[in-house]
Amino acid sequence: MTKSVTEAGLDDLVIEDPVKGRFKVLRQALTSPEIYELERDRIFSRAWLYVGHASEIGEPGDYVRRDVGGRPVILQHGHDGETRCFFNSCTHRGARVCRQDLGNAKSFQCFYHAWTFGSDGELRGLPDKEGYGEHFDTKDFALRRPPRLEEYRGFWFLSYDPEIQSLYDYLAGAREYIDLVADQGEGHGGMAIIPGSQPYACNANWKLLVENSIDGYHGVPVHQTYFEFIGNRGDVSGLVKNLQSEAARGYALGNGHAVVDYPAPFPRVVAQWHPMFGDEAKADIEAAMDELVAIHGPERAARMALTCRNLFIYPNLFLLDVAGLNVRTMWPTGPDHMTITGWGMAPADESGERLKRRIEGFNLFLGPGGLATPDDIEALEACQEGFQATSDAYSDISRGMLRDAKTTDEAQMRSFWREWHAHIRNEPHGDSSGELRVPEDVPVNRSAFAPAAGGAS
Amino acid sequence: MTVTPTTDVALRERVEDFLYAEADLLDGWRLDEWFGLFAEDSRYVVPALDRNDLDPDSSLTLIDDSHDRLSGRVVRLKSRRAHREFPWSVTRRIVGNVRVSVREDGDLGVGANFIVNRFRKEETHTFVGRYEYILVDGPEGLRIRRKYCYLDNERLSPHGSLSILL
Repeated sequence: MTKSVTEAGLDDLVIEDPVKGRFKVLRQALTSPEIYELERDRIFSRAWLYVGHASEIGEPGDYVRRDVGGRPVILQHGHDGETRCFFNSCTHRGARVCRQDLGNAKSFQCFYHAWTFGSDGELRGLPDKEGYGEHFDTKDFALRRPPRLEEYRGFWFLSYDPEIQSLYDYLAGAREYIDLVADQGEGHGGMAIIPGSQPYACNANWKLLVENSIDGYHGVPVHQTYFEFIGNRGDVSGLVKNLQSEAARGYALGNGHAVVDYPAPFPRVVAQWHPMFGDEAKADIEAAMDELVAIHGPERAARMALTCRNLFIYPNLFLLDVAGLNVRTMWPTGPDHMTITGWGMAPADESGERLKRRIEGFNLFLGPGGLATPDDIEALEACQEGFQATSDAYSDISRGMLRDAKTTDEAQMRSFWREWHAHIRNEPHGDSSGELRVPEDVPVNRSAFAPAAGGAS
Repeated sequence: MTVTPTTDVALRERVEDFLYAEADLLDGWRLDEWFGLFAEDSRYVVPALDRNDLDPDSSLTLIDDSHDRLSGRVVRLKSRRAHREFPWSVTRRIVGNVRVSVREDGDLGVGANFIVNRFRKEETHTFVGRYEYILVDGPEGLRIRRKYCYLDNERLSPHGSLSILL
């Protein structure tokens, strides 16, 4: 009988030879129930995990209910203005106190025995309190909270590790790329989640979607029909050329975060007009660019509007500024199953035809009903099925290891895998400093790439 | 829809025949003929699963296709490179609870329930929901001006995607 993966040793899960430029991952990392269990403790209990965006809980009392790292939580904008995160579990007998995905509430009342909690989490009332005697103190029964909750540019994260470094430090080189998204809302009341979400799933290990969401190599073979759609409605050669541009790069951003950064190969509502949008849209798409330039100057405006950035925030959040602006999480629900949720973002005051075009561009490529995402799902499931063939096989993630990594290379995936491999072995950080090859002409915050950010902290 | 359903049985039967024929075209993957049922100004929408009360113009949907985008979707589904549907899945759909009303503009408002089963790789995925159509009656017979498909599924799990046409 084949040895279990933990018996065989966690060290061999990821094998790297920087001299020969080889990097491989044992496929048991993607199939093993033991690894799935270990991840809950070693990855999802120790990282910063995305909960939701400030725009989803704009008013006092607004809340969203989420499962974060397999644990039910509520993120609420308190009536005192403070944002809090509670475990969605009654301190009395444990029932979920909030049973709707989103809404506005002055309090949460557990339906089981009618204990009622305020938006500050304090126990406000319970039937026949006298029954508990004179030593009963409601203060002992406030809703429990994850130990850490912090925010960066409207994105709220929690951690179940009370000792974790600040979110700001954790984000390292990813901050610059979050800024490129968040700054698009300047002068528009900030960036906001578009109402409505895309909840779906995939019968594959969650790490396969991490890889896929920053994988430029698969773009042309898997998504040819998408580019044919665009091509049938106007010239697409410039767009496809962008995909292979010398300026298209993948970077490790420290702490496992990574990005692929490339000239936009998609029609974009800001500011890449394409005949598919129609002639009547041209003026508005150009105006949107003019507005960006007026606020941010031509150079930064061009980075926001004319580049695409698939930003990965370790371990499982993506900000994909691609055919649309997509926030995506994937949570493991088994070694071979994950749930995925996609949201769209837009400047908060965007409306009318511009917002409609933005959503259309998003939907054309992205999400379970898009012309592209279903084929990604098919690819990941095909991998998971293929993994059954051999229990000792490795997946190769070597591409571009011996050159300045292009978008179609895999430096960004290696960044993820090194961090994951360190954490699964209970080590502090993976070392991707050898692949932080950001060209001098890319205006990123270089201090974020210093070993302190990418190394131990 | 709050409009009172018609008591015109012949009209309802005509609409039902239309919907059943449409379902047969989809189950038979006769996609060009199916697309031919849509009027030039048509719109095909699958609203978000969590918030199907929202206006698709200003909310995230799963699908919001103009006539042109729907034509592209059909072209794609016929390609060997639409990997999620190559080879094509087998689908079998049941349409029922058909209610027809005559709108003020003379078009027909049609509501119907649907169950669409999709079979592939020895798995069954079931899509359940409600159609809301606007049909126009013209020289070529009934045509679809609007088809909204409100899914009752809370999450596309285990479906993974909505790669077929509803």
